Amino acid sequence: MLGAADIASAVRAGDASPTEMVRASFNRARDIGAGHDELNIFLHSDQEASEHEAKSMQERLQSAADIGILAGVPVAVKDNIATLGLPTTCGSKILAGYVSPYEATAITRLRANGALVVAKTNMDEFAMGSSTENSAFGPTRNPHDVRCVPGGSSGGSAAAVAAGITPIALGSETGGSVRQPAAFCGVVGVKPTYGRVSRYGLVAFASSLDQIGVVGRTVDDAALGLESIAGFDKMDSTSSDAEVPVYRLSALGKPAPEVGAPDTEAMRIGRSPVALPPPPSAKTLEGIVIGKPREYFPDTLDTNIKDLCERALDRFRSMGATVRDISLPRSPLAIPVYYILAPAEASSNLARFDGVRYGLRVDSGKGLKAMYESTRSQGFGPEVTRRILLGTYVLSAGYYDAYYKKAQAVRTLIADDFRAVFTSGVNAIFTPTTPTPAFPVGAISDPYEMYLNDIFTVTANLAGVPAISVPIGRMRRLPVGGQVITAHFDEYTMFRVAYALEASLGQEAHQ
Amino acid sequence: MAVTREDVLHIADLARLGVDSARADELTRELSSILQHMEVLSQIDTAQVSLTAGVGAGGTPLRPDERVAPLMEGTLESFAPSMRDGFFIVPRLATHEDPTESSA
Repeated sequence: MLGAADIASAVRAGDASPTEMVRASFNRARDIGAGHDELNIFLHSDQEASEHEAKSMQERLQSAADIGILAGVPVAVKDNIATLGLPTTCGSKILAGYVSPYEATAITRLRANGALVVAKTNMDEFAMGSSTENSAFGPTRNPHDVRCVPGGSSGGSAAAVAAGITPIALGSETGGSVRQPAAFCGVVGVKPTYGRVSRYGLVAFASSLDQIGVVGRTVDDAALGLESIAGFDKMDSTSSDAEVPVYRLSALGKPAPEVGAPDTEAMRIGRSPVALPPPPSAKTLEGIVIGKPREYFPDTLDTNIKDLCERALDRFRSMGATVRDISLPRSPLAIPVYYILAPAEASSNLARFDGVRYGLRVDSGKGLKAMYESTRSQGFGPEVTRRILLGTYVLSAGYYDAYYKKAQAVRTLIADDFRAVFTSGVNAIFTPTTPTPAFPVGAISDPYEMYLNDIFTVTANLAGVPAISVPIGRMRRLPVGGQVITAHFDEYTMFRVAYALEASLGQEAHQ
Repeated sequence: MAVTREDVLHIADLARLGVDSARADELTRELSSILQHMEVLSQIDTAQVSLTAGVGAGGTPLRPDERVAPLMEGTLESFAPSMRDGFFIVPRLATHEDPTESSA
């Protein structure tokens, strides 16, 4: 599978057609075994409809209309992002067969930029999980080792990219659900700053944490994907009107140019190509200070993962960066905080699935309350039920102050830690993305043990800062990811460091 | 703080989730175990700390109070199960009365 930039260039130059690109994706999906009984990556796809859309794209190209930076690029989309034409089920029985009457802003923008949506991907039910085992439609398998999980909750999106079906996929993040599966599948995963991408059309799980994110085969794919969906949207009052830089320019290893300069605008709409990043040199990260937080490198961290991170930190030094030991002292509290706040918000958001408004309805004729209870108990799986109950408990009278208010206060402290680090001159923070590589399907049955998979990712969601996971090597033949975190709305520096790391590691990132 | 079986049944009722007896026992154990890990927060002094409910930049922006086009991208008929005189026809909620309760 070509990268997104190469596909768009070929399509714009007339060397490839959008239809060929769509067919290549479906052929690859068939060849690799993406179907339900194999990798189980897709929940919904319609090749005929996708080819029809590709044909329209071809007509737009011929009429010399501006197609955008993703001209003819096939994209897979997590099944909790509303799409016209394909169902949006959130991996849940309660929404089986539901087709949204409107489309998410991120999807509208993808299409406006020339992308072609080819499939909706499997996920943990309502994005609650770290392995995609919680899907009502069966687990997705990791393309690197089918005995293992792909991570979650955006496991289908990460697997689609890792399997070479699409160069870009959309996922969603509440506590690490793009970065963790990206790390497990050996691809790149981005969680943007809260507010950077519109949440309009993303089925709500925990509204103060949710963000649409991007999985890419490379940093460049992820940068293109994010650039195409980012920016203010009047349909989401929490979206930011901060300017969106041309993220690809960060590949050149220089500070961000002024927004609005004519040459950068040409790159933004895909008219002018961005040069490939130069080979890494001692000046690539000159002036960049990278923080290494001690709380993310505990003595208990697997030695293989620690060694791969140290190699990455050495590469940063060799490219001119300064690596500084730092502390984010409240980070160890992030899992308890997250697993109070996210279920609390979920218990409210998921109240709308009651058998009246959407999808499944189980009515035994015993009254309205019985209908609600039957519908919800039969429609939701065990993890969703557990989290709704946990959320209801921490919000209920007598426990609200001890749990919910307490967690909100500690969230402030966690965010303060990040603010203090970034105002002390640190430009980026580097950590492992996950404490382990992908684990076997069925290996973790204790809910809290599963929650600990998010231990290094969840802080970025609580603080609202952007973060990216990049492949940094392998252990036991399974991919390992390293994470770069930057300050609010500084995705440009995040991509600059990620491009440099990827270029510096080259094939070593996948060995 | 250990969760009791009565707590589980109470919150299940609040959350409109039907929970059978065996599942209630299981959930009692699971929730107690999860909440045990949350106890660490009680040791943190947060008396002077403000609460974070969201991390968005600035306050809620306001738009002009003007009528805008409907949000639907298709016609109402394209996704409604059934329509008559411009209204949706949906499954009736007539069964909301508990048939075992006597009407006064």
